Amino acid sequence: MDIINYLSSAAMPMVILIIISYGILEKNKVFDTFIDGAKEGLEIVLKIFPTLIGLFVAIGALRSSGILDLIINNIEPVLNLLKIPSQIMPLAILRPISGSASIAVATDIMNKFGVDSNIGLIAATIMGSTETTLYTIAVYTSAVGIKKTRFVLYAALAADIAGMIASVAIWRILS
Amino acid sequence: MLNIVWPIFIIISFIYAIFTGNIDNINNSIFESTESAVNLSITLLGTMCLWNGIMEIASRTSVIDKLTNFLKPLIKFLFPSLKNDIDIQKQISMNMIANILGLGNAATPLGIKAMKSMQKQNKDKEKLTNSMAMFIVINTASLQIIPTTVIAIRNSLGSNNPTKIIFPVWIATIIAATVGILVTKLFIKLDK
Repeated sequence: MDIINYLSSAAMPMVILIIISYGILEKNKVFDTFIDGAKEGLEIVLKIFPTLIGLFVAIGALRSSGILDLIINNIEPVLNLLKIPSQIMPLAILRPISGSASIAVATDIMNKFGVDSNIGLIAATIMGSTETTLYTIAVYTSAVGIKKTRFVLYAALAADIAGMIASVAIWRILS
Repeated sequence: MLNIVWPIFIIISFIYAIFTGNIDNINNSIFESTESAVNLSITLLGTMCLWNGIMEIASRTSVIDKLTNFLKPLIKFLFPSLKNDIDIQKQISMNMIANILGLGNAATPLGIKAMKSMQKQNKDKEKLTNSMAMFIVINTASLQIIPTTVIAIRNSLGSNNPTKIIFPVWIATIIAATVGILVTKLFIKLDK
């Protein structure tokens, strides 16, 4: 448990340390380069901001109207079989479909149940360990004009489901 | 996609709220939601800028070449039919490294380049080859070493240890990617 926490805490500083050291050893202008990259970060956030506003309102509406609870109550028996907490379900459904929508849902879940609660940690782990599968498949196949994608969707969704179950299991073990 | 989902979310929520007398809740939630989107974006700004800056430094060093060597055996295992195509192998590993370092903006164009090279050797231009299928499945796995966006979100929500999830994310990612790769290999075998 302590080792896991240590690795998690050390990962970010270590990566930064290694990269900056490499930059200096290879005589790059590290600060100028850093500023160039940081500007790009600004653009990314500005680009997703309008999407986030739209989706936060829609997901807030789903939750506050009570319709989300209604849906979750209806599919709860299936989720219990898979040992997935029902509070996670909106995220599990949206994660493969839309990146920005899943950011909005994950934030909503962490906010509602507590960012350091078990549910909040599971939501964060799912976000970190899975991708926007449908979008990725669409981008790569359409870029080269492929129409027959064979089994790719099933394989990718199997990976997503495995990642989600693993996220739940890990926090069951750690808590 | 969102052109359909987004209005559906709003319309069914509002109608449901009217019928269940929840209209006050929904009214409040509109303002709360916009506010939390603003708060999230402001805190995201800090982490995203920091991380993009660090990764820009990485992209201009030899770290990328070193990682390419490190990935060679893995790429040979994943793409047996490309064993003589050094160029495509290199494009694939560049894409994987960009993903690992969290350079999403760089990973996609690199990945498309690799797809185009593989498409050149494809006999049926409308159908994915085995290598292309494997490549896409790997790109749908989140290989990122530091899950920056999630950490930024956890930070913005006042977590007492935003990076606590890093190690669990690694484990979950490895499990997800392994399952994706094995399922793909299995489908390829069955498809023969």
